[in-house]
Amino acid sequence: MHMSKQSLSISDLNSFSGRSSTRLSGDVILTALVWVAATLVVGMFLWLLGDLFFHGFNKLSLSFLTDAPQNSGREGGIGTILVSTLLILGVALLATLPLGLGTAVYLSEFAGGKTGDKAKQLIRMSLNMLAGVPSIVFGLFGNALFCIWLDMGFSIWSGGLTLACMMLPLFISTTEAGLSSVSNEWRQGASALGLSHAAALWHVLLPAAAPAITAGLMLSIGRALAETAALIFTSGYVDRMPESLADSGRALSVHIYDMSMNVTGGDETAYGSALILIVMLVLISSVAVSLTNRFLAQRITPS
Amino acid sequence: MNTPTMNTMAKEIFGADSTAAHEKTSPYTLGNVEQGEACCIPVPHIQVENLSVAYQGKTVLENVSLDINKGCITALIGPSGCGKTSFLSSLNRLTDLTLGCQVAGDIRIDGMDITSPGLDVMALRRKVGMIFQKPNPFPLSIRRNIEMPLREHGIKNRRELEQRIARALQDVGLWEEVSDRLDAPAMSLSGGQQQRLCIARALALEPSILLMDEPCSALDPIASAKVEALIQSLCKRYTVVIVTHNLAQAKRVANYAAFFWMSERVGKLIEFGRCQSLFESPSHELTAAYVTGVSG
Repeated sequence: MHMSKQSLSISDLNSFSGRSSTRLSGDVILTALVWVAATLVVGMFLWLLGDLFFHGFNKLSLSFLTDAPQNSGREGGIGTILVSTLLILGVALLATLPLGLGTAVYLSEFAGGKTGDKAKQLIRMSLNMLAGVPSIVFGLFGNALFCIWLDMGFSIWSGGLTLACMMLPLFISTTEAGLSSVSNEWRQGASALGLSHAAALWHVLLPAAAPAITAGLMLSIGRALAETAALIFTSGYVDRMPESLADSGRALSVHIYDMSMNVTGGDETAYGSALILIVMLVLISSVAVSLTNRFLAQRITPS
Repeated sequence: MNTPTMNTMAKEIFGADSTAAHEKTSPYTLGNVEQGEACCIPVPHIQVENLSVAYQGKTVLENVSLDINKGCITALIGPSGCGKTSFLSSLNRLTDLTLGCQVAGDIRIDGMDITSPGLDVMALRRKVGMIFQKPNPFPLSIRRNIEMPLREHGIKNRRELEQRIARALQDVGLWEEVSDRLDAPAMSLSGGQQQRLCIARALALEPSILLMDEPCSALDPIASAKVEALIQSLCKRYTVVIVTHNLAQAKRVANYAAFFWMSERVGKLIEFGRCQSLFESPSHELTAAYVTGVSG
């Protein structure tokens, strides 16, 4: 044992003095590989963006954003589609925020003891399963539950609620992670000052977790805006201006799918719509980031 | 949660109007009595009888009985893991937060049993403030750190809030340093300032007891000296119970000292008495060995 240890240390010493050149070239290769990987990722994004711009730029105009589609979408704009998309997203957020925040707060702050642990396990398992379900299955489920069983038909309600089911797992897990990473010293400090659970949550824990919550919300919105399969079965195809939330409405992603797959000569509209979709995602995420910053700043410097 | 009966109960026991209590001159002030002497009339403020604390069935502290006198500083000394912090957190029921923590025995504050399950814990913790080892100001502004707990305890009057914030900051000697930037983030303060802010935050609620769990151990020597001087200035107005590993500090600030020791893997109170006599003529050989640095 002793011998082998000694011989090992001698060979270590040799390698230390003799192999510095090979180590250097190893570093060079590693650096090159990392650079190539990073450049590829950026390149792919720029290519995609460039492609969209190249094909869709001609379509862009104010009237494209405000007009209703004509001739199955080949002409006209996407005004009604945008309205439907935002309404669906609004319904989805309205359902996701309270349910998601509530569940995340329960998981990180309230579940305790033996029954709490069991409940936690069950909730986590359900969330993991939900997160792995393909979106087409959510579409069928939403169709069966909201459209048929709850008698909502093809409507913005059905689409939004189905999207909410898809957003919840992601939103809950990021929010819970954000809350759990908040320092325990603040929880203790709040209790030692005689603050109620609710006050500690509202004044200390949620603001401290706000960046994580916003990040989760952004990811969920991204997922919702990109969703196509689930919406075809629930909010439907109708490209008219929805008169109420009980009307069917075509989401932007469904429109892109329809233009590129079902309508000959709709390619240009598809590119234009995709460009708008990307711009919307970027806008929403930057607005949310600035809102979070302002919210946090307000917590730190009131009025 | 705060049923009216519970509130009135708490009020009767903890003193109905804390502001009025603050205005009155405290009957326990004795003027310029030398520090280290019996500073105060020995009126028991906290009476602990046969206190045992167990986590998940494993006992960490057994059969502790002692009376902590009003307006005095009592230091808890002893090696790590002998139950000092458990003792401290059972005095404001912070043990409730730990799952599977069982507290047995009797604790009376101003004669009222605080171990009963129906107690208004919020009112208790308002009267028994706690300072932690690591400064833990909330991620809010300096002002909001003090204002928010006050508001949660029902003080909404703007002028009273301003007064209390200023008084608390003056009490901890932070007013000169931060009065021009009350809206700056509390996290931008230095460690020592953060700890004094935490003390101010507790003082603003006008407690009668302050529990301190090694309040200086995370601070540099200069900040530590400032906090120590602050603790000394709190004597007579508040009953202070302080856990410290710094024996010299205990000797300097405390009027009474309690020595805890692990025997048979369970924390026990070995000796309790006037600080001077515990350090200079300990009656137990374990105490003698610990305070002279032979063991521990």
